[in-house]
Amino acid sequence: MGIVRTENLIYEYIRRDEEGNVEGITTAVDRVSLDIAPGEFIAVLGHNGSGKSTLAKHINAILNPTEGTVWVDGMDTSREESVWDIRRTAGMVFQNPDNQIIGQVVEEDVGFGPENMGVPTREIWERVEESLKAVGMYEYRKYSPNKLSGGQKQRVSIAGVLAMHPKCIVLDEPTAMLDPRGRREVIRAVRALNQVEEITVILITHYMEEIVHADRVFVMEGGRVALEGTPREIFSQVEKLKSLRLDVPQVTLLAHELRRRGIDLPEGILTGQELADALCAIV
Amino acid sequence: MAIIFDHVNHVYGGDTPLAVKALDDICLQIQDGQFVGIIGHTGSGKSTLVQHMNGLLKATSGHIYFNGEDIYDRDYSLKKLRSKVGLVFQYPEHQLFEVDVFSDVCFGPQNLGYDKKEAELKAFEALRKVGLPSELYYQSPFELSGGQKRRAAIAGVLAMEPEVLILDEPTAGLDPRGRAEILDQIKGLQTDTGMTILLVSHSMEDVAEYVDRIVVMNKGRILYDDCPKEIFARYRELEEIGLAAPQVTYILHELQNRGFQVDMNATTIEEAAETVADAVRMRKKR
Repeated sequence: MGIVRTENLIYEYIRRDEEGNVEGITTAVDRVSLDIAPGEFIAVLGHNGSGKSTLAKHINAILNPTEGTVWVDGMDTSREESVWDIRRTAGMVFQNPDNQIIGQVVEEDVGFGPENMGVPTREIWERVEESLKAVGMYEYRKYSPNKLSGGQKQRVSIAGVLAMHPKCIVLDEPTAMLDPRGRREVIRAVRALNQVEEITVILITHYMEEIVHADRVFVMEGGRVALEGTPREIFSQVEKLKSLRLDVPQVTLLAHELRRRGIDLPEGILTGQELADALCAIV
Repeated sequence: MAIIFDHVNHVYGGDTPLAVKALDDICLQIQDGQFVGIIGHTGSGKSTLVQHMNGLLKATSGHIYFNGEDIYDRDYSLKKLRSKVGLVFQYPEHQLFEVDVFSDVCFGPQNLGYDKKEAELKAFEALRKVGLPSELYYQSPFELSGGQKRRAAIAGVLAMEPEVLILDEPTAGLDPRGRAEILDQIKGLQTDTGMTILLVSHSMEDVAEYVDRIVVMNKGRILYDDCPKEIFARYRELEEIGLAAPQVTYILHELQNRGFQVDMNATTIEEAAETVADAVRMRKKR
């Protein structure tokens, strides 16, 4: 059984008027069944309002299914008594780093999670050290978080989750507010967690370039998984993605444009090097 | 000549040990009808710079002129300035507060002293300009999607009929289509009404595609001020200050290194496709 599994997951938001009468029901997640293996790097794409974040919030029991079931490491998320174990197993990182950092000093902030879990003091310090090292922020451990750049703050947020020793991390648009360097730093840290620490990563993003290294991509539309496949399979479908309000990496788009100009290139080119190789093979 | 900055400095927390020089001797001219991109890493002074343009922040020293008038003159009306220079903050949807979209957009012009009818006309026009479907006008702003909320918030500023529109990261957190839609509409405002537009952005691809001129901020100073092609030709220097060139630039470099004679000035996909197609045809002929 996978680390995260959902079966026929449905989540409905109920809209109410001022008197509390039901005005309408929005189905944000609609019969989603998926199975994520331990150690996988999963990317979730989808336009605003497609249900990505609602789905993500089920993975650490912030939301409970209206219908269907979600299991995290075998635990049913709707069982009240498992909630803390679930949140320890699947950590979550949000878009705005300023909303997630509470400590006055970086290392204090990272230690908050394990301290809250009742981890012995000596072990807290060990965990703080290893987590900050994993995201490349150890040398900033004595800094005040508000002296850090956006990318650095976001890496501190990730270290804070890491210190709770999760098996899985869900990141909901962690780079949306960052400059190019910040984005690169965060994505590099996330890939390292996945490859070195073998933590399952579920990354929600609007930046197509960030997911070319994912093992599998889910594309959400109207609360359902509309497409599923490797980045290459997904990005081969340029027109389909555009109809879902999405895009492809610029290099894939360039290859697509060249194909339209009669240059015989394969579908699903993901890096500049692949494009150069393919063009060299033609001439 | 819309906006002139003459040796503007801004110090946060002056006279304290924590003083930070956020703007350092800024001299800048923004011409009427220009579409200017402002880029720089987090903390480089971009937001501080644009908040001076409508008088939200006051320079520690130096002068700022709007349409030839010094905005720090004692009898200069900052209220009038703010109606002429509209500023759309990051995540402007957090500022929506009315019961429906239409009332929210009316708030600006009503606050400027227009009567109800005039305010409604201006609100209607603004909502039309941002392309929000009319069936949404009387919905609660909180029931709209992310991109729709963002457009409603921009309409709220447009309803005040500014001459200059400043947008601080208007597309952060939007899906790719939402980004393109908003930027196309902003570009349309410039071409159709001659509005001066300043766009603060972290997306080099967006800036390359839409603006006429780029101002690069670093450590509170203007590092470069030029057209996109000239700016992105210096991508090594941009990387050193935490920025980057559009991905197209890197792809073209890769191709150039592999012996394709491509035009390195291309900054959009369309331009790159042209030059790469030409280069491939040339190599085939040989």
